[in-house]
Amino acid sequence: MKTYYFDNNATTRPAPEVIEAMMPFLTELWGNPSSMHVFGGGVRKHVEQAREQVAALIHADPTEIVFTSCGTESDNTAILGAGAATDLKPNIINTRVEHPAVLGPCLELKDRGYNLIELNVDEVGQIDLAELDEALRLGPAVVSVMWANNETGTIFPIDEIARRVKAAGGIFHTDAVQAAGKLPIDVRKTPVDLLALSGHKLHAPKGIGALYVRKGTRIKPFLLGGHQEDSRRAGTENVPYIVGLGRAAELARTTRAEDWGRVAALRDRLETGLLQRCPDSSVNGDLAHRLPNTLNISFEYIEGEAILYSLSDLGIAASSGSACSSGSLEPSHVLRAMGVPFTRVHGSIRFSLSRYNTEEEVDYVIARMPAIVTRLREMSPFVPQVR
Amino acid sequence: MWDYTGKVLDHFRNPRNVGVVNQPDGIGEVGSLACGDALKLTFKLDENKRIQDVKFQTFGCASAIASSSALTEMIKGKTIEEAAKVTNQDIADYLGGLPEQKMHCSVMGREALLAAIESYRTGGNVHRVLEGKVICKCFGVTEHDIEMVVRENNLATVEQVTHYTKAGGGCGKCKGDIEVIVGRIRAERLKAAPPASTESTGKRLTTIEKIRRIEETIEKEIRPMLRNDGGDLELIDVEGVRVIVALRGMCARCQVAQFTLKDVVEAKLREFVSPDLVVEEVSK
Repeated sequence: MKTYYFDNNATTRPAPEVIEAMMPFLTELWGNPSSMHVFGGGVRKHVEQAREQVAALIHADPTEIVFTSCGTESDNTAILGAGAATDLKPNIINTRVEHPAVLGPCLELKDRGYNLIELNVDEVGQIDLAELDEALRLGPAVVSVMWANNETGTIFPIDEIARRVKAAGGIFHTDAVQAAGKLPIDVRKTPVDLLALSGHKLHAPKGIGALYVRKGTRIKPFLLGGHQEDSRRAGTENVPYIVGLGRAAELARTTRAEDWGRVAALRDRLETGLLQRCPDSSVNGDLAHRLPNTLNISFEYIEGEAILYSLSDLGIAASSGSACSSGSLEPSHVLRAMGVPFTRVHGSIRFSLSRYNTEEEVDYVIARMPAIVTRLREMSPFVPQVR
Repeated sequence: MWDYTGKVLDHFRNPRNVGVVNQPDGIGEVGSLACGDALKLTFKLDENKRIQDVKFQTFGCASAIASSSALTEMIKGKTIEEAAKVTNQDIADYLGGLPEQKMHCSVMGREALLAAIESYRTGGNVHRVLEGKVICKCFGVTEHDIEMVVRENNLATVEQVTHYTKAGGGCGKCKGDIEVIVGRIRAERLKAAPPASTESTGKRLTTIEKIRRIEETIEKEIRPMLRNDGGDLELIDVEGVRVIVALRGMCARCQVAQFTLKDVVEAKLREFVSPDLVVEEVSK
């Protein structure tokens, strides 16, 4: 059965160009870049080339890029590292809609006695900048606000947020895992101190990430016991994956504008088609500030996992904010923080596209979805009797 | 994805008896939108007081729909008394098993059935009345609900109670209260049927029976505790009163493994099987 893949905020297909670039480093060129012989040391230049490619994606200096094992490690390193950089315990400020990779280390710091302030979001998932200012007035702070939300695609005004944090003397980290490669990022213009990105969200394989650390930003390393990455991240470099991330970053940088224009048009086609053909459906998130590939749509009266299994039977891959599909008993913390009613949270489905999706695939989903919704609603006790 | 059986997927894809029975004799409604699943069960009796027609409406995941569908098939043709004996485990068994985290779907089926029977007996559409103190405020689970599920399914841990009733799966503040209930029921169970007395009254266990009970005790009482710490245990042999086991996972490398063997494994086996058992670790 053909797979109609609409779950690109979960993971993306590794680009063939990326795999091709990686292969030599899984076969002949397997040396250790730290070695004092040509066979190993010769690999070093490929690692540094990848560093330049990743730096170029966000207009950073290559020395500011630290390779990690994943986006989660980047976020953990940034938050725990910045939190522990001085003996002072800064306030930790984040939002209620951060990814667990950010929420986890923030809660860990709270357990260690740090003051944690979670900023609320409004019904489209945006923070109130006045609330941020108020939190910044409480003293030195490490602030972590995601560039774009993974569930709804809501894009935060990172320029403005970063400027306010810097004006107050704080350290600013952004989880840009969903934004990198999809949105233009320029750290020369946006004063972020730390920025996390992940390879497998931009068509590199899983198991590779990067952390941007602005020159002069002090962080305590997370992995200890080696000089690698300028003593900012110990451990022998994952050369094949670093090379893969470099190539993926280059692909994202060089093909961005035309890619995302087409993806956004496909996403809009999907959104319009589903809203028209499925009654009692609605879109979650900030429609004016949204990732070009993300559609979070709720179908009233029915439950997300049941929708996902029905879609999966047709070869369609998506995800849901419902409790059952998350593996926990609580539905999406993001949609709940936005005040989306339970009826819409449990029946929320996220379609996230990539440059590999086609119009034919979008039309297939639009054609199949109404029957799924109708079938599940026929089973639901909550559909109003008089319609 | 969940590891659903073919039967679960079949009942999800082709649910039996969807809808509402015309002029029902019993109506049971449980769950809510907030909880993420809900079930409305209606049935009609024939002249012999057997369930002639039964239908369901379910809001929920694939296993909730499958459990509801299975339940309707199971009770069709039964008398009220017979239907009342269907447990959540029966529903899960009918489906070839459910993932443990999804057992609450079968519990919801059982609760809707009891509510429907209650409404038939009282002659009205009785919504589920909360009986006893509410323990889990996130999911509205009462002490009565938890006690029933712990008793009927012989549950041993708080985690299991969460999988079966959702209690404790929200903010988690009630986990301590659940622990107390589980502990109390375990104590009652021991009092009611002390294994030692069955032994002393002459009902000697046959070897096969003993092995079966040892296995059961390991599965229900010991393994969940060890798994919490990433460990496991394998039964190697039983020779008279000697129970030979091998520790696995984290337990195999654990500094306090000897303590675990004596104070946990042996204590539990003595408590639930026979007081003269001696646990030994298989020689390496």
